[in-house]
Amino acid sequence: MIDAALGGGTEKIMEVNSINRGIVIDHIRAGCGMKVLSYLGVDTSKDTVALIMNATSAKHGRKDIIKIENLTDVDIAALGLFDHSATVNVIEDGKIRQKIHLSLPETVKDVIKCKNPRCVTSVEPAIPHIFRLVDAAREEYRCEYCDEIVKLS
Amino acid sequence: MTLQGRSFIEPPDFTVEETDEVFRLAKRIMAAPGDYAERAKGRLLATLFYEPSTRTRFSFEAAMLKLGGQVIGFSGENSSSAAKGESISDTVKTVACYADIAVIRHPKEGSARVAAAAAGIPVINGGDGGHQHPTQTLTDLMTIMTEKGRLGDLKVGLCGDLKFGRTVHSLVRALCRYEGIEFILISPEELRAPDYVKADIGRGRCGAYREAERMQDVLSELDILYMTRVQKERFFNEEDYIRLKDSYILDAEKMRLAPEDMIVMHPLPRVNEIAPEVDADPRAVYFKQVENGMYARMALILALLGEE
Repeated sequence: MIDAALGGGTEKIMEVNSINRGIVIDHIRAGCGMKVLSYLGVDTSKDTVALIMNATSAKHGRKDIIKIENLTDVDIAALGLFDHSATVNVIEDGKIRQKIHLSLPETVKDVIKCKNPRCVTSVEPAIPHIFRLVDAAREEYRCEYCDEIVKLS
Repeated sequence: MTLQGRSFIEPPDFTVEETDEVFRLAKRIMAAPGDYAERAKGRLLATLFYEPSTRTRFSFEAAMLKLGGQVIGFSGENSSSAAKGESISDTVKTVACYADIAVIRHPKEGSARVAAAAAGIPVINGGDGGHQHPTQTLTDLMTIMTEKGRLGDLKVGLCGDLKFGRTVHSLVRALCRYEGIEFILISPEELRAPDYVKADIGRGRCGAYREAERMQDVLSELDILYMTRVQKERFFNEEDYIRLKDSYILDAEKMRLAPEDMIVMHPLPRVNEIAPEVDADPRAVYFKQVENGMYARMALILALLGEE
């Protein structure tokens, strides 16, 4: 078991100590954990960070899990962009204080870059890269400037 | 009207009702231009044309001058500070210190949106690359209303370069807000409409389109044939341009296949996609579009300045 904070269950995975305060991002699609970790930018953090890859999951077969000690202030909406099937558990005093099911954010700013070479974002400095959700079922976003459609999967 | 101080970057920036209001103002100006000859007196329009343009720039300049206003601006990237590497945002912020309203044409898609966010004065999109050209759409909608008497229940054939044809992208975005519009997208495979344009149709109130490769196969069904030029400047290489530019040419012989009440529209300039012999056909309305364009732009300028 990872710890009680993950909600129990019968998953047998390597042991990682519980955290008293911080966040646990669970049910990340296997293989996406590195991307999520990279977005969070915790590589220079002095706090304990654990990335568990390919853990056994009763629901999905395999999953990734991230535990970050002390961090509770995360842009949850943007996390949904990387994996909207994941859940975020906010831990305080060793207990789950909040459990958040992620969904695709309506708007994302400065996370995706537009790949259309004719888009103004390719030349104009210091403007935010903004994408808006246009089709959740197809996981499609549209560039605010040039309308280029980006598919997440 | 509630358009004062706003920008016009793509057709849905105005609701259908607001768009109608601009048309009504345009018609009032058209009926009595003398009443509006000093309505923009003391106001300054900046024309920021980073790309070559004759028609659109002249149309805006004529519109402002006929309203009693004045015009400053540049035409061509080399004659602006962009040649020194200045950003669009910085250029429009500077221009906004002098001008009351600006129109921008720029080769990059989304450039007008960037300009509007930075300017602090109303900005009109005069064409942003192969993306949108909303004032041409105002012109087109006015022409359709005048010639067909309605903006719904129409079968519209869009023909030519649908990939980079910004006038088509804007027109689709505007028309799909009306009931009963059916689109037939006529183009070679290489120049088919982008996914986002088809998605616009799917989300619109009309919701119907189909694709065709030959205009003669569908001409008999159309209420409107909207022709576009295969634009050399939209191609990455000349070989593709030469191969495709003559693919879709409308001539008198093809016009014989079209219904008596179909209209032929074109944003102009044309190269050879409409043979000159078609000009004499009463169904050809592309030169009427030009005239409507100036009045539509006069109305738009007044509405954004709050001087209507």
